[in-house]
Parts: sequence; C-alpha cells; structure tokens
Amino acid sequence: MSAAPTSAPNPAIGADWSAALLDARRPVPPGLRTWNGSDPGTRFDVHRNNVVVSLVAALADTFPVVRTLVGEDFFAAMARHFVRRHPPRSPVLAEYGDDLPGFIAAYAPAASLPYLSDVARLEYARVQAFHAADAPPLASARLGALLRRPLELARSHWALHPSLRFVASAHPIVDLWAAHQGHGTLQAVDLRRAQAALVGRDGDDVLVLGADRAAAAFVQALQAGEVFGAAVAQAAERHAGESLDLPGTLALLLRHGWLVQPPTTESTP
Amino acid sequence: MPSVDALAGIGLKTAHLPRILGGGRVDLDFFEVHAENAMSAGGPLPERLTRLRERFALSIHGVGLSIGGEAPLDAVHLRRLRALVDRFEPRWFSEHLAWSSHGGAFFNDLLPMPYTAATLQRSCAHIDQLQSALRRTILLENPSTYVEFAASSYGEAEFVAELQRRTGCALLLDVNNAHVSAVNHGRDARAYIDALPLHAVQEIHLAGHAEDRDAAGDRLLIDTHGTPVADEVWALYAHTLGRTGPRPTLIERDHDLPSFETLQAEALHAAALMRRVAGPPPIAWAA
Repeated sequence: MSAAPTSAPNPAIGADWSAALLDARRPVPPGLRTWNGSDPGTRFDVHRNNVVVSLVAALADTFPVVRTLVGEDFFAAMARHFVRRHPPRSPVLAEYGDDLPGFIAAYAPAASLPYLSDVARLEYARVQAFHAADAPPLASARLGALLRRPLELARSHWALHPSLRFVASAHPIVDLWAAHQGHGTLQAVDLRRAQAALVGRDGDDVLVLGADRAAAAFVQALQAGEVFGAAVAQAAERHAGESLDLPGTLALLLRHGWLVQPPTTESTP
Repeated sequence: MPSVDALAGIGLKTAHLPRILGGGRVDLDFFEVHAENAMSAGGPLPERLTRLRERFALSIHGVGLSIGGEAPLDAVHLRRLRALVDRFEPRWFSEHLAWSSHGGAFFNDLLPMPYTAATLQRSCAHIDQLQSALRRTILLENPSTYVEFAASSYGEAEFVAELQRRTGCALLLDVNNAHVSAVNHGRDARAYIDALPLHAVQEIHLAGHAEDRDAAGDRLLIDTHGTPVADEVWALYAHTLGRTGPRPTLIERDHDLPSFETLQAEALHAAALMRRVAGPPPIAWAA
C-alpha cells in the first residue's frame, strides 16, 4: 500500500456531520461540493431526514402501545427529541430505546400520562424477550422428583428462561397493554391500580402476564441466583402482606417453559 | 436449473415469511437479510432463517459496520457479524462503502465519505479486518450519494477499483445507486459502471428511488427502496449485464411493501433479462 501523501487533507468529517445530522439548527458541514453549484444544504437535508425518520420509525416499531396512547404526531415529536438526545449506541436497532422510558418520565409534555414511562418499559421488555436466547424447558418429571425431596429442593438453584423479565409499576400497565391487544377497553382500566408484569416468550409469542408482588420477588430472587429456599423466604419477607402462591407460581413457570435445565443442588462448602 | 450466476432474489421481509415458508411455490433462488435484523440470540427469527436457509441461498447484508468511518471498526459488532456468518453460512456477505457511526453514536444512514489517499488506506484496512474476521471475501456495495466532498482526489469508480485491487474484495453493484448518484452529480451512469472492476461483481442490487429537486431546481434522486425499479434503472441494468454477464440479482424493497408475488415478479423480470444476455455456453478449445 502506498503511504498517504503528507500534503493530502484528512478531513475529519465525523464530528461536523454528527452534530449537524442531529441538530437542524447547526450549519451544514463545510467542505461539500455540488456539480451544479447548488446549495448543498438541500442535499444534506436528505441525510438529516433519513437519520431522524428512520430512527423514529425504529422506536415506533418497539413502542406501538406508547404510540397509540399519545397519538402519532405526539409520538413523532417526542421520539424526535429523544433521537437527538439519545442516538443509538449500537447498529442493532432492536436494542434501541432502552433510555426512552426514563426520557418519557422527564418529558414535560407527557406529564399528564404518569403511566406512559412504565408502559414503555413493558414494551421494551417485550422486544428484548422476543430476541432473547432459547433454552430447553425443564422436564416436569425432574421438577416432580425434586419437589418430593424438600431438603434438596431448598438448596437447589433454578434456571429461568432467558426471555423472562419483570416490570413492576405503580400503574395498571398490564391492563393498559392488554386493552391495546383487544382485551378489555381503555375506559375500563382502573388507573389507580398498581400492576407488575411478567414478560416471557412461549413459542413464537411474547406473553405479558399480571403477577403479584410476592411471585415477582420469588422469580427475581431465583434470577439473581438465590437457592429455592432463600427465594421463597425473600418473597415472604418483602411482601408480608401478600402470601406467595408457590404451587400456582411454579405451575405458571412450568406451563410456559420458563423453568429451564434441571436444578442442581448447592454444594456444601 | 439456472446457471449459478443467473440467480434472482429479493430482500427478506418478515411480512413475507409465512408466504415463503408456507409450502406454496416460490420461484426465487435466494433471499437477502440485513445482518443487524438477524442478530437475535433465539426465538422465532433464527428458527425461520434456518428453515429458509434449507431451501434457498442466503445473502447477509450488513448495514451498520461503518467501513468508511474514521474510527476503528466496532469490535463488538465485528464479533456479532462473525457469529452470524458462522451460524447461517450465507453464500454472500456484503457491506457498504459508507459510514454510519461516529463517537459511539449510530445514525442508521449510509453516509458519504471523501475519496482521498487517507480514506482509501483506512477503508482498505477496515475491509482487510472484516475479511479476516469473517474468514471470507466480502462484497462491497457502491453508495447512493447526494453531496460530494471538495477534498476528494479520486472519482468514486477509481476509488472502488483501487479498494478492490488492494483488498481482493468482491463487489455488490447496486445499479440503482449508480443511477441515483450519476443523476445527483451530473454524470454518466454507464461510464461510471464501465470504469468499475466489473470482473469482481458477484451480486447486483436493483431498487426504486424517489425524485426531488435540489436548490437549483435540478433532479435530486433519493434512494428510498419504496417504489418499483424505474425504467431508467432497468435500462442501466441491461447495459451492466452486457458487460458482466448474468450475476445474482436482488430486488430491494423496504417501504410501501407490496405482496410477495409482486416483488417476485420484479425479480423474475431481472431473471428474464439475465437469460437474454446469457447466450449459448462458450466453446472450449483444447490447447
């Protein structure tokens, strides 16, 4: 390879372009040329438009219920603000929007919809669950054998499906989401109700299920690597008011294939 | 059986997957999937791609590596691409002569670069790095551009030829991009294509564009992938085939998506044009 001539400019266009692409008030980057001498601004605007429109569309794909709740125009305006402040950090756009719930929580024009940020968290969790890794479900015979040996059961580690996620909220996010999937109406949703959502993939579908706080604490403790006995204790401690429906919770996890790989007994030190 | 070069395909859209995998007749040879849309760790998408791969040739088309960028290639993304190529073993892997990331931000657009000795050297290093990471020859796609840089000291065809010579990469010749850029910069698209290293072309893209006006009122074409292939682009494609012979050809459509049948018919029109230029096999002379 020949060396670059020292006299040749090495224009650092990245910085000029990045700033101008995301902020239409900034001047068009220097050093552009057009064959007919026309103002390059009109042409540069094609890129400004591509960037913002395509990223707003990517957000609309990930957050369809948020978009419906606020309407297309409001969503586009909010998403444009977001794109300019938080451009993607990765070319994998299915991961884009992690920061949108936090942005919505601080976005003054959306202040009248206090549940919007948590609905966004739920929708983001759904997309991540859709793309999460596969894992073979636990055979119910293995679970049955373990349930018959309580001492071993208490010390066992449990693996949950990689798609499984929890979204807790002070708002009725499960009912709000369901009302946009043809289950119930928006008018019938009790906006004073707090709900936690268990999100996980079953077959080709991502399910959004209402979960009580005790079940949520139990599943989160297992996900954090606690042994079965400790997870049950944590669910009881943290939510003394709500007792853990252990058989019901296990049946739910088993039914959807969310218990994966055989539990292993914790080795004694 | 079509010759290995006269293959016709379309860009894969998830809306068409039930039709493609549903068991009905499909007359296409290959499908192309955007790398960044195929990186799911699990779930229905990889499973469907695996099924697709059993029946058709697969092309993986990267749109996010930023080969023309100033920064080093994103090592995380390079590893993801390597894993994707290892998993699906596509017949072709292609990327763009463009940049799309800077300072950690990804712009989701194929942005233009100046064509200078320095950018040539840097792009060659990036292509070398990509080809060694993927352990295969990649296809590099010519861009659609709307502005040019005063700093450029190479014409685009000359730049691409030099990149190809130095890295040994193959080319994905996007005939619509060639047309869009030629109109946008007042140049002759045929002369541009004729100046490319056509022996290295392993795939051709065709797509639709939109027409606007620049600040002087001249035609400004925008690469939208939102309409059928324009007549001018079909004519340029026929010219290209006359120089290259049949090459695997793909219709790209990303917006205003028509039915699978409509897109398939467009790809089969390309196949018909390829058959027209294929002619009888050459006579082999014993030495």
